[in-house]
Amino acid sequence: MSKLVATPGQTVGPFFHYALPYEGSDLLVPVGREGAIRLHGTVTDGAGVPIPDALLELWQADPQGRVVQEPGSLHRDPWTFTGFGRAATDATGHYSFTTLEPGPTEPGKPAFFAVAVYARGLLNRLFTRAYVTAADGSVADDALLTSLPDERRATLLTTREETGFRFDVRLQGDDETVFLTYPGH
Amino acid sequence: MSTVPTDPDAAAASQAEIDAEIAAVAKDYEASGVEETQPRLDFPPYRSSLLRHPTKSLHHTDPEEIELWSPAFGHRDVSPLESDLTMQPNGEPIGERITVTGRVVDGDGRPVAGQLVEIWQANAAGRYIHKRDQHPAPIDPNFTGVGRCLTGPDGSYRFQTIKPGPYPWKNHHNAWRPAHIHFSLFGTDFTQRMVTQMYFPGDPLFSLDPIYQSITDQKARDRLVATYDHDVTSHEWSTGYRWDIVLTGSHRTWMEEEEQA
Ligand SMILES: [Fe+2]
Repeated sequence: MSKLVATPGQTVGPFFHYALPYEGSDLLVPVGREGAIRLHGTVTDGAGVPIPDALLELWQADPQGRVVQEPGSLHRDPWTFTGFGRAATDATGHYSFTTLEPGPTEPGKPAFFAVAVYARGLLNRLFTRAYVTAADGSVADDALLTSLPDERRATLLTTREETGFRFDVRLQGDDETVFLTYPGH
Repeated sequence: MSTVPTDPDAAAASQAEIDAEIAAVAKDYEASGVEETQPRLDFPPYRSSLLRHPTKSLHHTDPEEIELWSPAFGHRDVSPLESDLTMQPNGEPIGERITVTGRVVDGDGRPVAGQLVEIWQANAAGRYIHKRDQHPAPIDPNFTGVGRCLTGPDGSYRFQTIKPGPYPWKNHHNAWRPAHIHFSLFGTDFTQRMVTQMYFPGDPLFSLDPIYQSITDQKARDRLVATYDHDVTSHEWSTGYRWDIVLTGSHRTWMEEEEQA
């Protein structure tokens, strides 16, 4: 157990755009590089309205399933994959990353993108996972996926497209995305 | 569309109505006897939260391998100059020069070394350099209000900046945010990732602010307030504030050499 009590979070507010996203933050690899894929989607609120002032963070393994510990996310060298990126939603609530498909970090486990979600109106960051799916929509199970009923599990699965994956985030509602909390939170 | 009053331009409620809503939540919290340490996601006095909070409880899970690591940042990412927000090419910003420093530690008190700390803030007049900031207060051509640094081996960070002003917003009629600096922090695990706001001691706007009051516990709220520290103050240069940040506990199994690093 932790000995100290964690400092509270607060909303990212409406004015993060000139501070958190940076040039190339949504391009983990250059567009057009061999193996480059798109992970994109829309962030919506409880009324189904797109959220134009949300920010998504992406943290992922490389295609071999290795956790990357290379610096350079803020000043990218196009030959170094760091596994980290940020994308703000646009006026239509849409975000998009150009990246590589992550591999499973352990054999037999499903691969996923770790995602943190921030928005004006969202009082603390939310964690979720965007699981890589096969063309037929299937995915290997892990502890989280098996713990969820089918309709909740579906909110964590990406949809495979020709150029990559689609992953929509719903902050509230019947089809609300599963958001995560970890031991000690 | 919904009938819930979430339109930020509506600004319909009075401060007294917002105060009453905050007081009602506080009363329920006192009665509950269960300690809360983080903000509520569902906090109706903050109108924008109404349609933007999950209604289902957060799902408990154990972190997988990728979540046990954070991205690595280094001197390629951050120049030491980025921690001084007052150093601008064409002149100095207007305002009260301050130093803000402290340490980032995990839930076991271990320093978080070599990690990225990012800040952003309004200028001394309470205006952000952001195209959506409509507050008719002056823009300071010598202040962008954005800073970054890497923590030292002891988890310490340090910024030179100017004290931000309070600013109006459209949550309700005549709503004002207490002066604050936005902070973004990484730990050693991605599960420790957090974004928050640092406040200044004794701000008269604390009790009126639904964002600050979304943390229902006074002890928890106090953790976001820096302390004036005369030892941080520089002779004939700037006043100083100290603010330490505790992240949630790390889940990784720490090796002895890492502990000593
Ligand atoms: Fe702010």
